[in-house]
Amino acid sequence: MSRWSLQLLAMQIGVGLALVAIWQIGATVPIFGHMLLPKFFFSTPGDVIGRVIGMFASGKIWVHISITLTETVLAFAIGALGGILVGFWFARKPFVAAVFEPYIKMANSLPRVVLAPIFMLWLGLGIWSKVALGVTLVFFIVFFNVFQGIKEVSSVVLANARLMGMNERQLFRHVYWPSALSWMFSSLHTSVGFALVGAVVGEYLGSSAGLGYLIHQAEGVFDTTGVFAGMVVLSIFVLAVDYAVTLIENRLLVWRPASASGQAT
Amino acid sequence: MAAVLPFRPAATRDAVAVHLNNVSIEFRTRSRSIFKAVAPTSITISDNAFVSIVGPTGCGKSTLLNAVAGLLKPASGDVQIFGKTLTGLNTDAGYLFQQDAVMPWKTALDNVAIALEIAGMKREEALGEARIWLGKVGLGRFIDRYPHELSGGQRKRVGLAQVLIRRPKILLMDEPFGPLDAQTRQIMGNLLLDLWAADRKAVMFVTHDLEEAIALSDRVLIMSAGPESRIIGDHRIDLARPRDTSDIRTDPRFHEIHRAIWSQLKAEVVKTYGDATP
Repeated sequence: MSRWSLQLLAMQIGVGLALVAIWQIGATVPIFGHMLLPKFFFSTPGDVIGRVIGMFASGKIWVHISITLTETVLAFAIGALGGILVGFWFARKPFVAAVFEPYIKMANSLPRVVLAPIFMLWLGLGIWSKVALGVTLVFFIVFFNVFQGIKEVSSVVLANARLMGMNERQLFRHVYWPSALSWMFSSLHTSVGFALVGAVVGEYLGSSAGLGYLIHQAEGVFDTTGVFAGMVVLSIFVLAVDYAVTLIENRLLVWRPASASGQAT
Repeated sequence: MAAVLPFRPAATRDAVAVHLNNVSIEFRTRSRSIFKAVAPTSITISDNAFVSIVGPTGCGKSTLLNAVAGLLKPASGDVQIFGKTLTGLNTDAGYLFQQDAVMPWKTALDNVAIALEIAGMKREEALGEARIWLGKVGLGRFIDRYPHELSGGQRKRVGLAQVLIRRPKILLMDEPFGPLDAQTRQIMGNLLLDLWAADRKAVMFVTHDLEEAIALSDRVLIMSAGPESRIIGDHRIDLARPRDTSDIRTDPRFHEIHRAIWSQLKAEVVKTYGDATP
């Protein structure tokens, strides 16, 4: 590790500790007879950490994590598959794209949260209503990126490939597909993030398990510590998922210049 | 009339590789009017000949090349390739573009090998051939690099190997060394001449650099300023081969030829800029 990165790490840890310290002091040390951050509304760092450790120690949290993860993965997989298929179809058939364009715009402009109740009505309180919500979010991101990726294939690369003698199938495999894939992967962080948002919001609005449910439950009984603990677990979970995405991305996009993959999100 | 005999022997010394028969090219502008880029033009390029087309910017020389490649349909006239009228893409031709045309998601090796693979060659065999060709263009040590890890000149070399590995009968080049610096251009010019000397295919080389055109070619065609540009000069370059593209520039004969062609080209270049002033 270089000096620079050591310094960076020290500063990052320092900022975190400072924030926790302010929180701790505000919640426990009275200033002019008042608590700046009353325990009832803000809990304390110690309590939250204790609760998080408790959740993992008792092992109860794993059920919720695995449910949220399942929903996220399913929402991403189904949404991405749909987005790729429709994206390819529209990009290769401009007339079809033109016909559907106003409807696609309309559907995409709708705040997806309003769909949650209708999905619950259709699909029940199990995981599928959450998956459906995530799919509506992921689909559009992947769709737009694949669509763009195919339309933005450099005309020179395309002409070169055609003159080389590629037929439609070979063009798809060697030109359109890699280009679309690179656009899709450049939005991977966003689309996986939205799959997760779909899952958690869905759980929050009505479910019997998952991280969103956990936070909602705690909120319902004014258990601030529980809400914060849920948020901490959720953050750790999101960071872990994001890290996994970065690993996958680095493997698949080796051909891109470093600066371009840096602006991934 | 250039009636083509059906049973002409394919590989006579003076076989015609490319024949543009009164080809004119038009574009429809956004205001729906018709822009006549190239007036009816006839050009004959024999097999084994290295022919350059020189003209001021925007005179339609690249457009003409695209018509020969089959990327563009002429408004009138037709393009004949070895006596056959061209319909669709010209698969006998290899085209080296001005911009980078290699696939950024493939390594240098894969970019070159794919040219053979799509024609049905087995992958191992194609990779072997590609290694040989990358060696020929001086990239033997860079076969595993992606295009973004190569310099502009190295990417051009990959492009050259990708085009030549297919052994096209006709080589079309659209200012291929345009974006490169002066030294790299001369090195690339020599490389091109070396590779070309091995089997002397017909070459159509478009450039705006007269010195480069003279140094490389057997014939230099001059195009007039657009619109409705046409060929206004056809000069034979009788400099001895093999040539070195940088040494030849000090040859007195080179200067003689250059002076003769430049006086003609200059008038056209001035016309282009004359139009550009408001």
